[in-house]
Amino acid sequence: MTGSRRQPVEIATRPPATDAEEPPSCEDAGLSRRHFLERLGAIGVAGALAGTGVLEAASGHKAGAVTTAATTQATGASSKPAHQWCMVIDLRYCNGCKVCTAACQEAHYLHKDQTWIHVFTMTNASGNTYHMPRPCMMCEDPPCVQVCPVKANFRTDEGLVLVNQSRCIGTRICMNACPYQARYFNWGPAKSAPRQPFPQEPEWPVPQVEGTVGKCIFCAAMLPMGKIPECVSNCPMDALYMGDLTTDVAVNASGQVVKLSEFLAANDAVKFKESYGTHPRVYYILGHDQDLENDEGAG
Amino acid sequence: MTREQVDTMETGTSTTMTSRTLEKSIGTAYDGVDPVPPREDIREAAMRPVLETGKWWWTAVITLGVVVLAGIVAWVMQLRDGLGSAGYNNQAFWAIYEADLVAFIGVTYGGAVVSAVLRLTKARWRAPLTRIAEATALVTLPIGMMFIVPHLGESPRIWELVWPPYWNLSSPILWDFFAVSTYLLATVVFFYLPLIPDLKITLERLSAGPDNLKTRTYKKLYTIIGGNWTGSIPQRRVLHGALGLISIMIIPMAVSVHSVLSFAFSSSSRAGYLETIFPVLFVVGALYSGVALVIVVAAAFRKGYRLERYITEKHFVRMGFILIALGAAYLYLTFTEYLVDGYSGTIGNASWVYQTILGRYWIPFWFFVVGAGLLPLVILAFRRTRNVKGVATASVIVLLAMWVKRLVIVIPPATEPLVKSPLNVASANWGTFHFTWIPITITLAATAAIPLLLLVVFKFFPILPVADMEEMAAEAEGLEEDLSTLGVMAAAGDNTSDNRKERKHANV
Ligand code: SF4
Ligand code: SF4
Ligand code: SF4
Repeated sequence: MTGSRRQPVEIATRPPATDAEEPPSCEDAGLSRRHFLERLGAIGVAGALAGTGVLEAASGHKAGAVTTAATTQATGASSKPAHQWCMVIDLRYCNGCKVCTAACQEAHYLHKDQTWIHVFTMTNASGNTYHMPRPCMMCEDPPCVQVCPVKANFRTDEGLVLVNQSRCIGTRICMNACPYQARYFNWGPAKSAPRQPFPQEPEWPVPQVEGTVGKCIFCAAMLPMGKIPECVSNCPMDALYMGDLTTDVAVNASGQVVKLSEFLAANDAVKFKESYGTHPRVYYILGHDQDLENDEGAG
Repeated sequence: MTREQVDTMETGTSTTMTSRTLEKSIGTAYDGVDPVPPREDIREAAMRPVLETGKWWWTAVITLGVVVLAGIVAWVMQLRDGLGSAGYNNQAFWAIYEADLVAFIGVTYGGAVVSAVLRLTKARWRAPLTRIAEATALVTLPIGMMFIVPHLGESPRIWELVWPPYWNLSSPILWDFFAVSTYLLATVVFFYLPLIPDLKITLERLSAGPDNLKTRTYKKLYTIIGGNWTGSIPQRRVLHGALGLISIMIIPMAVSVHSVLSFAFSSSSRAGYLETIFPVLFVVGALYSGVALVIVVAAAFRKGYRLERYITEKHFVRMGFILIALGAAYLYLTFTEYLVDGYSGTIGNASWVYQTILGRYWIPFWFFVVGAGLLPLVILAFRRTRNVKGVATASVIVLLAMWVKRLVIVIPPATEPLVKSPLNVASANWGTFHFTWIPITITLAATAAIPLLLLVVFKFFPILPVADMEEMAAEAEGLEEDLSTLGVMAAAGDNTSDNRKERKHANV
């Protein structure tokens, strides 16, 4: 079952028309990165005050979701990173359609077995099934980074764990170290890709490099442009949210913006395999009788 | 020293000491050279592989060379098609090359045991085996290290491992790299040091022979690597000291290599790899398979170069006992690991233990138990099979079973799904490693490279440690004298003969 692909949702005001047509330069990206926070804050505040269509639609969308507008203060110009990216996955709404997986594979030119966001079918104690999408957890203490002998894995100051595929030698010890099975190797020739707007870099590893490891990158190159990741923007069930811990907001495919902390608290969000000490930055909101650590997973 | 060996060494002396060498040894004795009487028979036997190049030598070298070439072809194919062509996939990210890495670096330990441990414990019977053991370590270590190349996805970037700016010191792979490199250096030194006095001897022997291109080349080689060895007492003292030191040093070094190699597995959170017992298990496993390989190599070269007089059945039986002692230790450690993990029944652990013992990996697992556990014991237990053939057969089986055990260590945890129920241990989502011809050919090529390189090494260097054996023979004689003068026929301790030797030196 596949839903139709939607256009990526832009959180902030649309970038200038020229940006949409032309590949943005790195400088553009840097500029956007700095202003993204303000924009993100701005839409929240604007939404709360004016009750825009986006928020109206959102509040009617889900009964359980707390759709509070973000009212965070924009941080001053400091060396502190503007964002701390995270993801929220609402398992109550995911129907296992795997559109997220397909959208990600299409955007990054991945082989079928490279499921950077992998949707597991889970069976709970009472025998009912549900679905659990698993992107990279963007661990705050990532074991994959620790074990790499040549520093090909690194963590950015915005909390993104990325792979430098022009450095990776392919020992696969990071695949061993990741407790979430979130890393995928290029076992053969990488899928060819047309010319990309960005050079092949950790933020946009397209095309993939044979003999190196790849994984979900939270669509790192798109974030500074104010775009949310492909998987999030394509989820027909609005089950995925892209969030920012700094500005304390999260947004889903329909453009619903929630106040992250309250949303997580109100829905008793959990992290997966917290006992491993990895401090993942992906939050799961569980449905009735669901337990990620103990339910039977497959697929 | 047993009576039998004393006898063996005794018989050689009187018959073969020619007047020329006798004169020489007496003559040089006054120049401060240790008067260890030369033993013509040992010298002849040790140089046999260097001087004789039979038809079988060429046949063996060419056959083994073809297998090695096939391995290189397989590797080129893998370079072309990617690691996937070796059977790997995302749910089986580590398998045969990682097992090979552990297995082939493991078999180098035989050299450390026979040469270092037995040298330090002053077990004299080791003498005829040491060169073979050291040479085996010397050739197997580079072969083992070579497995890093097909193991890597991007092997052309292997240079990054020696590029300090890229080093991530918290990576177990880098620790491996440092440990193995140091160990390689130590292994080369350990082969080289006892060789020095022998080079002088071989040089002398070659000079006596015909003067042709081969001897000229060899003489040049020996002169370059032999240094200024004259065999004077101070030189001998320095060499003995250095050998003692390296014997002590190589043991912790060898222990560290396999411990660190095990960290690449055990320092992860993966059930089945996260085992505190792994360093010990890996080290004992390496010793076990290493001793087995020395036995096999010794048996083969003994037959090939007719060394039965020096490498006797006693050697094989003794090595066989060391073998089963290590085997018992290894089995015990494996049992402990499986029992504790299986019994605890925590997430993952119960699952991989079940899959290994009763599930999808039961055949290789029980092959290991029978091949590396029961069969060697049975073979060594009966007097009828406790002979050269029996011990050598047991060792071949051990080598095979231990290789399979390394697969059993590596593959089950790597293929285990990480998102699963702790209750359903027979979970159906296990990954599968598909053995293809590529890694199998490369593994066979590496196996063939061991005898190939050994044949080449012994084409250049004496197969028996001549100087060492001559010294032992002299000591044995001294011991004999002591015993007869004292009228004591009971076994005398090592000290007696050492004292005797000291006195001899002092008298000179
Ligand atoms: S997260 Fe969304 S797109 Fe992915 S499987 Fe669930 S419902 Fe489908
Ligand atoms: S989920 Fe895995 S790949 Fe992602 S940061 Fe954590 S350890 Fe690394
Ligand atoms: S965030 Fe981007 S890279 Fe990660 S799974 Fe989603 S689409 Fe793929």
